[in-house]
Amino acid sequence: MLRFLLDRDTWQEVFDSLSKNKLRSILTMVGVWWGILLLIGLLGSARGLENSFNRLFGSFATNSVFVWGQNTGKPFKGFQEGRRVVLSLTDAKKIEENVEGIEFVLPRSQQGKAVTRNFLSGRFQTAGDYPLLDELQKKKLIHGRFINQSDIDNRKKVAVISKGTYEQLFKKDEEVIDQYIEIDDINFKVVGLFENGNVNMGPSTDIHVPFTTFQQVYNRGDQIGWMMITGKPEFDIKQIEEDAKLLLKNINNIHPEDRRAFGSFNLGKEFAKMTGFLTGMQFLTWFVGIATLFAGVFAIGNILLITVKERTKEIGLRRALGATPFEIKRQIVIEAVFITLLAGLFGIITGGWILIALDHFFGQGDDAAIVNASVSIAVVFVAMVILIVLGTLIGLIPAFKATSVKPIEALREE
Amino acid sequence: MLKIHQLHKSYAIGDSSLHVLKGIDLEVESGEMVAIMGSSGSGKSTLLNIIGMLDEADSGEYILDELPIKNLTEKKAAVYRNKFLGFIFQSFNLINYKNALENVALPLYYQGMKRKERQKKALFHLEKVGLANWAEHLPKELSGGQKQRVAIARALAANPKLLLADEPTGALDTKTSYDIMNFIQSLNDEGKTILMVTHEEDIANMCKRIVRLRDGVIMEDKKVNQVRAEQYV
Ligand SMILES: Nc1ncnc2c1ncn2[C@@H]1O[C@H](COP(=O)(O)OP(=O)(O)OP(=O)(O)O)[C@@H](O)[C@H]1O
Ligand SMILES: [Mg+2]
Repeated sequence: MLRFLLDRDTWQEVFDSLSKNKLRSILTMVGVWWGILLLIGLLGSARGLENSFNRLFGSFATNSVFVWGQNTGKPFKGFQEGRRVVLSLTDAKKIEENVEGIEFVLPRSQQGKAVTRNFLSGRFQTAGDYPLLDELQKKKLIHGRFINQSDIDNRKKVAVISKGTYEQLFKKDEEVIDQYIEIDDINFKVVGLFENGNVNMGPSTDIHVPFTTFQQVYNRGDQIGWMMITGKPEFDIKQIEEDAKLLLKNINNIHPEDRRAFGSFNLGKEFAKMTGFLTGMQFLTWFVGIATLFAGVFAIGNILLITVKERTKEIGLRRALGATPFEIKRQIVIEAVFITLLAGLFGIITGGWILIALDHFFGQGDDAAIVNASVSIAVVFVAMVILIVLGTLIGLIPAFKATSVKPIEALREE
Repeated sequence: MLKIHQLHKSYAIGDSSLHVLKGIDLEVESGEMVAIMGSSGSGKSTLLNIIGMLDEADSGEYILDELPIKNLTEKKAAVYRNKFLGFIFQSFNLINYKNALENVALPLYYQGMKRKERQKKALFHLEKVGLANWAEHLPKELSGGQKQRVAIARALAANPKLLLADEPTGALDTKTSYDIMNFIQSLNDEGKTILMVTHEEDIANMCKRIVRLRDGVIMEDKKVNQVRAEQYV
């Protein structure tokens, strides 16, 4: 077999047969080329969209739920209905320790505060935060840094402020890092400036200060504003939300059926809707791509079938001259494999160009609609194999037809 | 050379069957030149195709060169066809995208002969039919007579023991027919055994023996005085 593949005559026959039947060869190649091109183009752009989507939201925080306290809706154990529920650090800790599938629980406190600097002032949403927030909800820092562990440990009076805050409190082009601002009459040193992204999860914040500092200087003790609970990727965030709420009701003496006591926003659920959309789109892409491939192959099949008659006679003649059925089929298979492979390679190359072009026109910058549009080698490989197999099978139709009858049947004119 | 005994062949047509060959007995010696004649539909081609192993008989005996031809695998049949038989068809059956030389070389390709040797041999046979200068031409650039000569060169290429020709002159005008017959006679002079189907008396008389078929049996089988074709060319 190897000798056969290395033999010049084999390829001469392939080349003759393909080049002397130009129309058939070209149509075959166009079909396969188009199929592969479409598959790569579609899959690549779907992947690119998904990438940009994931980048926008950060892959980390999507399996999260925000929980905050409200007023009770049911009397319970001697407590009146309408009691104010305030979450505490203890609650957060209990949840982290007891609910299954928790990655971490991030407590936050936030209040609107009067902020002044020199003669400028304004009211800003100020939050006490942990460094982890930056990972869950990526901050785009223009200058400086976000809150770090040392800030937390030492309860430093430092602040990371938004661009909007800066514009209100500072003069144009004024230095911001290491400048002081007064938040509720307490001086904080600015260590970072960030830009609010276009996607926000939870209420927006103008100024971040270390959580521990916030709790101390504003006398909040154990009380927190809300918590962000993030589940491990393999756990269902809806289940985690339910478990956490039940636990909270338990430790805070709230009726288990009380629906009003806690408010929540399940990011995971919202996100799942959108990923559902993405998955749907990817499925559609696959579907369209494969349908196109099939259409391509069937177009080829049709073309090949049109030439069956002509081909059949040639095969009959070759048999009369001493070709065995095996030799005939082998030749046709190699011909079909060769032409689909060649066209497929063209498709891969031009498909690659399309992805490069997509990247060039839509994939630049941080807000790109398509990020790293690409297809995996495995997918391309599978597509190629499908093509080759189908192309070969269809190529074999006339071969089988012409070798399963007596040579004279194949040779007979009309 | 070849021996046929009580050969039968029917074709199924719908529910009924058409009995085409009804017990043929025929013996051909090496070096003979036989014309098979008969009216249209009398089974001439059927007989020739069975002899050529392009078709199979329903019953009866067929021995070619001391080899019983029965229930051959397609692979074996292909080898025998390649080694023992050369075919000449009425409609030439050249491969239209191959030039004259490549067409002649095709049986040698299936013999597994090396490319160089093959081309040398093919050119030798093209020379023999007087078409060496046309080696690079495609069939569509050749006249009918030239095409048939290429086909003859192809039939000779593998040096077969038996040449089978189904109306080799059927698609040619009289002059070209005699030209081809002249060449076939020279092959027979060199010792090739030749079996041909023909409709034309004058062509049949250029053979050495005429076998007449009617209704699926041999009606007449006689030796004739060969008319040489060269006197007409
Ligand atoms: N494959 C087939 N199926 C059915 N009938 C067939 C088949 N081949 C031949 N026949 C029939 O068998 C009979 C003999 O055919 P054959 O081709 O041997 O005749 P022939 O003597 O060569 O005639 P012609 O001089 O017209 O070529 C004809 O009636 C023909 O219709
Ligand atoms: Mg006939």
